[in-house]
Amino acid sequence: MDFPIISALILLPTIGSLFLFFTKSNNESNFTVKYVALFTSLVNFMLSIYLWYLFDQNTSEFQFVEEREWVAGFVNYKVGVDGISILFIVLTTFITPLCIISINNSIKFRLRDFLIAVLIMESFMIGVFCSLDLIIFYLFFEAGLIPMFLIIGIWGGQRRVYSAFKFFLYTLLGSVLMLVAIISIYWISGTTDVIKLYQLGIDPKYQNLLWLAFFSSFAVKTPMWPVHTWLPDAHVEAPTAGSVLLAAILLKMAGYGFIRFSLGLFPLASELFTPLIYLLSVIAIIFTSLIALMQDDMKKLIAYSSVAHMGFVTLGIFTIQQQGIEGSIIQMLSHGLVSAALFLCVGVVYDRMHSRLINTYGGLISIIPKYSVLFMVFTLASLGLPGTTGFVGEFLILMGVFNDNILVAVIASVGVILGAAYILWLYKRVVFGKLINKDLEKMIDLNKSEYFILVSLAIPILFFGFYPEPIFNTIEVSVDNLITMYSFNLTNK
Amino acid sequence: MENLQLVLPEIFIALSIMFLLILGVFKKNSSNLIQNISLIVLLISTVIIFNETIEIKKFFLFGDSFVIDYLSSFMKMVTLLSAFIVLAISKNYLKIFQISKIEYPILILSSVLGMMIMISSNDLIVFYMGLELQSLALYVLATFNRDNIKSSEAGLKYFVLSALSSGLLLYGCSLIYGFSGSTNFDVISSQLNSNEYSLTFGIVFILVGLAFKISAVPFHMWAPDVYEGSPTTVTLFFTMVPKIAALTVFIRFLFIPFQNLIEQWQMILIFLSIASMLFGAIAAIGQTNIKRLIAYSSIGHVGYALAGLASASNEGIQSSIIYLTIYIIMNLGLFSCLLMMKRNNEYFEKIDDLSGLSKNHPLLSLSLLVILFSLAGIPPLAGFFAKLYIFKAVIEQSMYFLAIVGLLSTVIAAFYYLRIIKIIYFDQEQKKYDEDHSLWLKFSLMISTILILFYFISPGQLIEVVSRINII
Repeated sequence: MDFPIISALILLPTIGSLFLFFTKSNNESNFTVKYVALFTSLVNFMLSIYLWYLFDQNTSEFQFVEEREWVAGFVNYKVGVDGISILFIVLTTFITPLCIISINNSIKFRLRDFLIAVLIMESFMIGVFCSLDLIIFYLFFEAGLIPMFLIIGIWGGQRRVYSAFKFFLYTLLGSVLMLVAIISIYWISGTTDVIKLYQLGIDPKYQNLLWLAFFSSFAVKTPMWPVHTWLPDAHVEAPTAGSVLLAAILLKMAGYGFIRFSLGLFPLASELFTPLIYLLSVIAIIFTSLIALMQDDMKKLIAYSSVAHMGFVTLGIFTIQQQGIEGSIIQMLSHGLVSAALFLCVGVVYDRMHSRLINTYGGLISIIPKYSVLFMVFTLASLGLPGTTGFVGEFLILMGVFNDNILVAVIASVGVILGAAYILWLYKRVVFGKLINKDLEKMIDLNKSEYFILVSLAIPILFFGFYPEPIFNTIEVSVDNLITMYSFNLTNK
Repeated sequence: MENLQLVLPEIFIALSIMFLLILGVFKKNSSNLIQNISLIVLLISTVIIFNETIEIKKFFLFGDSFVIDYLSSFMKMVTLLSAFIVLAISKNYLKIFQISKIEYPILILSSVLGMMIMISSNDLIVFYMGLELQSLALYVLATFNRDNIKSSEAGLKYFVLSALSSGLLLYGCSLIYGFSGSTNFDVISSQLNSNEYSLTFGIVFILVGLAFKISAVPFHMWAPDVYEGSPTTVTLFFTMVPKIAALTVFIRFLFIPFQNLIEQWQMILIFLSIASMLFGAIAAIGQTNIKRLIAYSSIGHVGYALAGLASASNEGIQSSIIYLTIYIIMNLGLFSCLLMMKRNNEYFEKIDDLSGLSKNHPLLSLSLLVILFSLAGIPPLAGFFAKLYIFKAVIEQSMYFLAIVGLLSTVIAAFYYLRIIKIIYFDQEQKKYDEDHSLWLKFSLMISTILILFYFISPGQLIEVVSRINII
């Protein structure tokens, strides 16, 4: 391995942000900072696409592995990708430039600082998805709190302080137990290297407690019912770009963590706790869908819908079957694109009307048709219409669950109907109906950059909806290997 | 004939103190000169110790009552460097309060001398001598702004309570001497078997005295008042330097004579540690004065350092030394920021005075941001690694309860650090502060911020240095 491509992916945004740091301008009129940030993130996107291109789909081994001694005898800096993680990296690098483009009017002050925070956030998020050492993983996982806290707190809305604190403290509280578990694993197995741990396995008598410690962190981050309450607050108060990052990528860290660590390291415990996950996921799906129906704030509605969608993801992961896990991964990628798009759609009307309340709007179809059409695409993708990625994910997850537990599957299917209900109702109230509010007539349709962002989100949603083959090819071998390893560990211990 | 070369730094500092005193008496208005000479003295002593450490093994002097080993050299260097920086950045502050007197550097030098004796002590009497030397100097330093009521109150309070704790400590020493027949650490350790339970009494009294010096709960009552009342630069000195010496004595006292009595003192340490971590975190939440807040936060941080010692292993000792070192760096940065909050010769120390700092002073606020997140223990900053090593050592001994309580109190503590960050970054701005800071102040802030921020690049360095300290 000549060129450390993964380290480059992690470091590049940070280098970009350092560059921004040394530019003196911090006033909103200066757009050079924006172009520097955009350029950095686009280069990173190209690099990740190149990584995907180089990626060998026929092996379940970790690829592009880099290992460097870091703390002698304790932690090695080890990164690499396999079929499960690579697509999340591509998602991250894809969403970040769109976020940066989307900052037109929404960030009114300290644009440079905002861009620095976004870029550093990107570094940390990529780091989470490719770290192959538990301590390194924890490092990136927690470090992301700092920029996100600032993004919500500095550029957020009315109740930004409360939301930022809630976000930070909830996540930190969940994570400290994971740190205890990670250090315990070091003393039990003598290493925190994920690949070695896969081979060694972890002593069954510790697995349950360790699983619960990891669970406490991932459950908060996913977020699962009943620890999801930070999410609506954080989403509503964060600026649009922050909500997008939060929904599209931050939430995926936990789903990824469940697959990589909970299933990979603690198969016995995962088997034991599957009913718990099923229960919490089903409650999340039904309960938060019902809450979403009652919302009058658009952002809050989408935030609750995220909780419901992540409920499907956790459900799929713990079926521990090919369809279920593949479905979950696709659902996560799909939700990454769709929720990002939906938040951006809300951002578009918010920038014009400065209101997120649903009843401010109505009859937008006659005023801003382009927007309405694109919003339709994302609405349908969110409810899982065939031909969108949402369908592929949900369908596979439900198929997996049906094989495992019919009751759960039936309840979850009701959740699909509820999901269609709240999102279509939202669309109906915002876009259709009579134009009551006369102020809306002054609204202008999407400008070039908004149009570009939304279209570039719609393309992969539709493309992979009709033709998910490239995704399947990438993840198939790794997921297959994960399940083989899982059942092997289960029968041998 | 003793090998006096090994105590050259101590002798050098002692002679310099006498010389400076005489110089101060005979030469008028020499406070500036004396301060500069003191800085040089501290620097030279550091260099001497640094040169010695390279080949050092373990030497006993003065009838085995004085020990020079890697631990003592490392701790002395940290002490001297911290004292150096404190002295260097206090110039402006003292001038503004018109307390720039010759006694200030001399008192700092004497307390440093006392601490160096404590650090090297291998005998209860030598240890007590060092302790008293440093304490007496510190009492005066606390009242140094003598026209200020709060400062006088701080000094008096510190003196009374400290005297009480010294009494307890001395009583413990006498008990140990009575039951083991010696004051020398090594001799005591050979007399252990017969008098286990009676010696435990002595240990408890001495631990109480030591816990007082590092302000561990429940012997912390003096800290917030003294920290608030003392001149800020003296507070900085209090939060860093005496803790180094006291921690070293903790290590030596517990692990050399009483290593076999671990079951007896481990419980005490665990209690001190848990109480300090929790109390420090909870009590800091309601504070409005930054110096008081730092006092409570330092109580909490002492708790973490003690958690490392409570694990009673080499790993644990090393981790608490690392913790203390990183804590000192963070504290230095924090106080440098505090000393920069000055407008028209008036210093501000309310938390609300930080409001909206980020708009007028972006760099200063960024440093504060880094330091505060590091104090809260958020990766990838240095404070996280400090905690990581501590918990690594604690979990190695399967002390899960201690680890979980410790980590939960970091979450509580995170709240008040976040509160400061909120005030700096999210709140309304105020008038600008002065920007004509001394070069030393800027330098110390910059160095500490850079060390904290980029510690993660090579975290192995510090461990490698510290891992040569093997007590057990």
